[in-house]
Amino acid sequence: MPLSSRHLLGIEEMPVADIELILTTARSFGEIATRPVKKVPTLRGRSVINLFYEASTRTRSSFEIAAKRLSADILNFSVSTSSVGKGETLVDTARNLESMSPEVIVLRHQAAGAPWLLAEVCRECSIVNAGDGMHEHPTQALLDAYTILECKGSIRDLKVAIVGDISHSRVARSNTYLLNKMGARVWICGPPTLIPLEFGQLGARVTFHLEEALADADVVMMLRTQRERQNEVFFPSVREYFRLFGLSRERMRSAREDAIIMHPGPINRGVEIDPDVADGDHSVILNQVTNGLAVRMAVLYLLLGAGEEES
Amino acid sequence: MSLLLRGGRVVDPSQDLDGRTDVLLEDGKIAAVGNLSARKSREVIDVAGCVVTPGFVDMHVHLREPGREDKETILTGSRAAAAGGFTSIVCMPNTTPVNDNAAITRFILERAAEAGLVNVFPTGAITVGSRGEQLAEIGEMQAAGIVGVTDDGRPVQNSQVMRRAFEYARIFDIPVMDHCEDLFLAAGGCMNEGKASTRLGLRGMSRAAEELHVVRDIILSRITGARVHILHISTRESLDQVRVAKSQGIRVTCEVLPHHFTLTDEDIGNFDTDFKMMPPLREAPDVEAMLEGLADGTIDCLATDHAPHTRLDKEEPFEEAASGVVGMETAIPVCWEHLIRSGIIRVPRLVELFSLNPSRILKLGKGTLAEGADADVTVIDPDRRQVVDPSRFRSKGRNCPFRGWELHGMPVLTVVGGRVVHRQESA
Repeated sequence: MPLSSRHLLGIEEMPVADIELILTTARSFGEIATRPVKKVPTLRGRSVINLFYEASTRTRSSFEIAAKRLSADILNFSVSTSSVGKGETLVDTARNLESMSPEVIVLRHQAAGAPWLLAEVCRECSIVNAGDGMHEHPTQALLDAYTILECKGSIRDLKVAIVGDISHSRVARSNTYLLNKMGARVWICGPPTLIPLEFGQLGARVTFHLEEALADADVVMMLRTQRERQNEVFFPSVREYFRLFGLSRERMRSAREDAIIMHPGPINRGVEIDPDVADGDHSVILNQVTNGLAVRMAVLYLLLGAGEEES
Repeated sequence: MSLLLRGGRVVDPSQDLDGRTDVLLEDGKIAAVGNLSARKSREVIDVAGCVVTPGFVDMHVHLREPGREDKETILTGSRAAAAGGFTSIVCMPNTTPVNDNAAITRFILERAAEAGLVNVFPTGAITVGSRGEQLAEIGEMQAAGIVGVTDDGRPVQNSQVMRRAFEYARIFDIPVMDHCEDLFLAAGGCMNEGKASTRLGLRGMSRAAEELHVVRDIILSRITGARVHILHISTRESLDQVRVAKSQGIRVTCEVLPHHFTLTDEDIGNFDTDFKMMPPLREAPDVEAMLEGLADGTIDCLATDHAPHTRLDKEEPFEEAASGVVGMETAIPVCWEHLIRSGIIRVPRLVELFSLNPSRILKLGKGTLAEGADADVTVIDPDRRQVVDPSRFRSKGRNCPFRGWELHGMPVLTVVGGRVVHRQESA
């Protein structure tokens, strides 16, 4: 059974069946990580291009390792070393890369919608959105769902609190869409200066009080408070931010006893999360990173015509 | 030289005229309106079944020359105007260099005369370089031919500077035409702030950014007595403020663009840059408010904000793409379909909005078929249908949100100073 689209652009328009297919497929790839030899020949001879316009460690290496474990060839193409600095447009760069016949281009771009533009321009290859501006980060939402499933068995009816800078977060958007589709109750929490007025219309309850968001929560997802924004007028100081929205051990007591704590990284310890909590029992932050590999392997595998040449 | 337009429905609200009759043009002027069919020895065009009106005026266009001739020139813009049924166009000063002095004004008028198709009326910048700091030589430019002042696209933020501009413009009794936008509040947004921007993860621009400056301008007009014209009004609240101000006798007028009463921010779909413009597409209640304002008289004028861009300027991620849409070659059909055929307004009101009122506000001496007036005439065939195809535009710009729309009401004949500058042969 194939995915319904040639591209993986966003969660908002993705059918539930596709989400479930990716998560199920990921489960079988998760097992590969436990083997001594972590490589299968499935995508031998296929090529993937990582086209990254924004700095990224986690996501880019995750796609790179995922591709390598499937034996695909991978080319990392980043702005600093490319001709983009010489004024080439995104569309021209994409056309040039496509001329080298890759099967997949993984794109991260600072502008929302950039993967859609590429999907329009590229006639042959698949586009995977690895984060577009403040819009979507679909593979992050998928690996988060995978992690929740691993811990909780099901997503339906769970209370999930997403806390922090919602306005600038593609993770918050993709997760809100996905968790809604899977039947969770999504709560959004942060200062009103960092939550769009209309976010509630995307299918989330909005609160400005952390206690309310955490009360009986099954999952607490903390978002990075972007340091570069501290000079804008979103909140008065880091100290006050942590007092109102920081996750401490004490605060976690109002969540369910078996609640899990997630974070898409990178963490600002002491800003949005107490270091003890980040490393504590409830934390599954590093599992998220591990699961990211399995999910991205599944995505590449499914986009490249699943199983046709399986060994 | 004479031309008889025979048998059309002549609609001229300046003389309260609406009926089937003939119009005679002689030596560049309107010679007579009435039953003239018996007279001979002149060119005759049969316009039976068509609507004959005083020449339409697009009071808000960007011709890009001087500076960005790759986007449009005064010649190609004039062609687009003629083909779109406009006999007069009013061009914005945000060229490179900015039209902030009489030399540039004269250059534009010379190029327009060389093009020799439609009347081109320049507007001048309010401030030097449209930098919002020091008043431009408004008097010099007015003597050279500008009909209004505006820093469109780079609106004056300092309210004291704006107050001085209002006061100074009174000497010449020309309107200050303001692109209302508080740039701090707009915060670099690339579309309307609302559900759609939240969903798309695009930086939204609060509607309050427009509304605050509408209110500011109304108050400045009240204390200075100057005339202010609100360019491209787009929100319900802005319009309500104008309505109240008018009822208090404040000298404020406003215009609306076709895309602001036909489209919403949801139409951006998945980042279609042909739907990116400033002010941005708003929401359904705003569209409704624009239609109400057109019907109840609060809105004075229609205009297009014709803003041609190259394909490269638009083939970018949404937030990086250029803002603006072309409009001169679609405005009449869009208005005919969505205002006349849909029953929002009647034909005489459309002529007021697109001819009489802009002429009065800018004192162009146009907008009428009275005997002795300039022989500028627009003829529209209400039954002619077309599908909008940007590849056939005379404008260099193809950035049009109406592509593929099927519309009635085609401008079939455009006459400027008694000369036919556009004629669409019957299909």
